[in-house]
Amino acid sequence: MDETRQTRGGEFLIESFIRVIGVSSIGFVGLIFLFLLREGIPFFFEVEPGNLLGTRWYPTFDLFGMLPLLLGSVLVTVIAMGIALPLGVATAIFVREVAPNWAREILKPLIEVLAGIPSVVLGFFGMTLIAPLVRETLGVPTGLTAFTGALILAYMALPTIISVAEDALDAVPKSYRDAGLAMGATQWQTIWRVVVPAARSGIVTAMMLGMGRAIGETMAVMMVTGNAARMPLALDSLFQPVRTMTATVAAEMGEVAQGSTHYRALFAIGIILFLLTFVINLAAASTIFKKRRRGGLR
Amino acid sequence: MAKIEITDLNFYYGDMQALHHIAMSVPDRQITALIGPSGCGKSTFLRCLNRMNDTIPGTRVEGSVLLDGQNIYAPGTNVVDLRRRVGMVFQRPNPFPQSVFDNVAFGPRVLGLTRERDLHELVEESLHRAALWDEVKDDLHQDAQQLSLGQQQRLCIARTIAVEPEVILMDEPCSALDPIATLEIEELMKKLEKEYCILIVTHNMQQAARVSDWTGFFWLGKLVEFDATQTVFTRPSHKLTEDYITGRAG
Ligand SMILES: Nc1ncnc2c1ncn2[C@@H]1O[C@H](COP(=O)(O)OP(=O)(O)O)[C@@H](O)[C@H]1O
Ligand SMILES: [Mg+2]
Repeated sequence: MDETRQTRGGEFLIESFIRVIGVSSIGFVGLIFLFLLREGIPFFFEVEPGNLLGTRWYPTFDLFGMLPLLLGSVLVTVIAMGIALPLGVATAIFVREVAPNWAREILKPLIEVLAGIPSVVLGFFGMTLIAPLVRETLGVPTGLTAFTGALILAYMALPTIISVAEDALDAVPKSYRDAGLAMGATQWQTIWRVVVPAARSGIVTAMMLGMGRAIGETMAVMMVTGNAARMPLALDSLFQPVRTMTATVAAEMGEVAQGSTHYRALFAIGIILFLLTFVINLAAASTIFKKRRRGGLR
Repeated sequence: MAKIEITDLNFYYGDMQALHHIAMSVPDRQITALIGPSGCGKSTFLRCLNRMNDTIPGTRVEGSVLLDGQNIYAPGTNVVDLRRRVGMVFQRPNPFPQSVFDNVAFGPRVLGLTRERDLHELVEESLHRAALWDEVKDDLHQDAQQLSLGQQQRLCIARTIAVEPEVILMDEPCSALDPIATLEIEELMKKLEKEYCILIVTHNMQQAARVSDWTGFFWLGKLVEFDATQTVFTRPSHKLTEDYITGRAG
């Protein structure tokens, strides 16, 4: 009797502890967002919409056009995904479907290690190795371009995409593969026409999560994209310097006077970033949720 | 001549021998039933006939399986074409998570059997032959996994038929189905018998007696008895067979 009462008491303590932690971490996220709003929202009233939607970001001259930064982020992220998605899915297919067991045992932890490389190290790597390579092979004046940033971001998003896509492939029942093979489809035809379509929603989730990772990345991007805030609309913009939202905040936050319009502008950028990643992650979560309800993802 | 002639077939999972010296002549356009307790090697044997065992690592086969006189284990055999000729229906219905139409069209598309515009005709005919057409014709683009299990199994049969096989292997095709769906599949098998060589593994003795012309009894990886179904069920030549059929063993 005594002992059960003790464990009950212990259990109650542990449960309350976990509940407090859970609620407070949600609370902290909420507080951060409130803080962002408090510091950033006034900006949208201080500056005219025309200025805000302008194409020039020169805070010293009170020009706060956010479009070049937004488009910079979008350009770098989209190109990064264009590189990382096919590569990541192909790698996941290789690891899950083709590689012999021993290779799989080596590759899986290796991919997880990739995810742990600090982004400043990748930025350094990008500056000293990739940027010169880009400059020489493409014959552009500087190697610090949107493309270089996209390459590094693609690399950073790869581990996420690979492991989520691999889980999705793994969840495809063996009976589908058997059915494909037994119909006379080759292994590749079975993978391509049965397994990958069956894992489609998981692969979309993988892309969303990779994208969420890419758009919020700061350090590496700041180091390799050249940070020129101009509209990336020309055909060759990809191979010119660009500036992302994250890099702007990181580079300028140290120099602004607290409470100034410039200061608020950086917080406004923070709000936009927060909303972007929130929407992307929500989309990813909803594909997972839909799949669960249909009983596909085990 | 027999459609499939199996001679001295041994099969190994690693060191474990799962089939011992199997010999059997499977006649064309008849139904051959394989019975025996769980784990005696019926599924393994079936998978030897379309070389699906090749997909399991560490397995080995000895002996020969002649399909129309050609050894399917001879070097240089086109396994993909073999599997088209020898179709397979699995224990649990396993339609792809795609539409009814795409399921049936899968094989013809992958194998390039027909042009896309002739596909509709082929799909319709296959569904007719699998006795499913009337139930799905109103919505060929519905999700195959929304069908009842019995319908799903007939869809799998339609999908198999669509690549024009000669042999159809069925591994306990009714074990996940209710009695009515089971009867529907059995009727379908009697119909298909006129055009195909059919082998069915079944746990259900009555089913073997009802549908098959020939019956093989497996026990611990050996083919104990193989004879006309009538004979096996009325005058078995082995005590073991009799015990199993009457429920005293297994
Ligand atoms: N993939 C496999 N790997 C190793 N052993 C297997 C495998 N599949 C079946 N076996 C073994 O082979 C024997 C025959 O199995 P199986 O052919 O599935 O029997 P049945 O279909 O008659 O129930 C069993 O002892 C089983 O444990
Ligand atoms: Mg079996």
